[in-house]
Amino acid sequence: MIADIRKLAVWVEETHAEMGQAVSPPTRKAVAVAVIANPFAGRFEPDLTLLMNIGEDLGALLGQRCVQALGIAPAQAESYGKAAMVGEAGELEHAAAILHPKLGGPLRLAVEKGAALVASSKKIGGPGQVLDVPLGHKDAAFVRSHFDAIEVRLNDAPRAAEIMVAVAVTDSGRPLPRVGGLTKDQVQGRDGLR
Amino acid sequence: MPDIDIRKIITAVEETFHEGGPRADIPHRKAAITAVIANPFAGRYEADIKGFMEDLRPLGLRMARQLLTLLGGDPARIEGYGKGAIVGAAGELEHGALWHVPGGYAMREVLGDTRAIVPSTKKVGGVGARLDVPVTHINASYVRSHFDAMEVGCNDAPKASELALVLVMTTGARVHARVGGLAAGDITGEDGLR
Repeated sequence: MIADIRKLAVWVEETHAEMGQAVSPPTRKAVAVAVIANPFAGRFEPDLTLLMNIGEDLGALLGQRCVQALGIAPAQAESYGKAAMVGEAGELEHAAAILHPKLGGPLRLAVEKGAALVASSKKIGGPGQVLDVPLGHKDAAFVRSHFDAIEVRLNDAPRAAEIMVAVAVTDSGRPLPRVGGLTKDQVQGRDGLR
Repeated sequence: MPDIDIRKIITAVEETFHEGGPRADIPHRKAAITAVIANPFAGRYEADIKGFMEDLRPLGLRMARQLLTLLGGDPARIEGYGKGAIVGAAGELEHGALWHVPGGYAMREVLGDTRAIVPSTKKVGGVGARLDVPVTHINASYVRSHFDAMEVGCNDAPKASELALVLVMTTGARVHARVGGLAAGDITGEDGLR
């Protein structure tokens, strides 16, 4: 691991009921977060290769942590997402360097397959600030029941010279989906869309 | 006696490797489990509420066991604990106090005859409310290195008619503890204080 990791955190949310309707089996979402030192804090660095490589490491680590926390086989993962919040001494492009070039490959290995784009979000923020991690079906972006998000927050991160990197994985969609659209049973999973 | 109506279970595990100082050989770990349940007394003043403490005992035990599992499953590794409750706005603070006995004794039972009082906090709050759950040493409340807290909360809970009940366990001292006081190695562990 090339990143200087200060903290790792993993949350799991299970929803057993919603509006009095039982959700059986419960829907489950996991999100894993790494708080790392930002190697480029406080200065402009044209070459962001180091952050791209850090992203590759974190895609594997955080993807595996989520799957482990859900207690599922990788193939049972249904949706995923990623996000980063850069402390105030960094820039938004640092989040982009971690998230976009290399993080997806090892994350897809951790959840087996993953034909679809990994939904993402990014922002600059400080300790205690909320990061909403978007979620989409891992093999077909149009699966409407799996459009979702999960909120993460750590009271002590990101400090100014840190970056908080989050990966979310679920084994299910929303608790009571009923707005139609493509269903997971109809997924072909070849083009990443349907 | 009313059944416990669980809407959500949320778990969180934080591992801290360092906080700007030397990297810990074994990361400090904290875990929290939150059950979001229906408040059977929401919206009215109910004089006799004590029976609900008994109803909560199985939930407390289940939560304490799951929390221990999240931290590796060995009771000998657990050194700190705490508990808390957030009462949705249609309830009263006293409803949160119902968690003291079932929450605390569940952890003591699972950890095996711990001596110190389980520190606690509670409040009335809305969805997204955060609770700083205090943590102290399981056998001696005065152990200074183990004074800590863990922030918990969930964006969609507690709704007005819900209770969010929380248990927290930790594996040791703050990652860079160095302010003196009673050390964990010096406790007698008889009175729960020193």
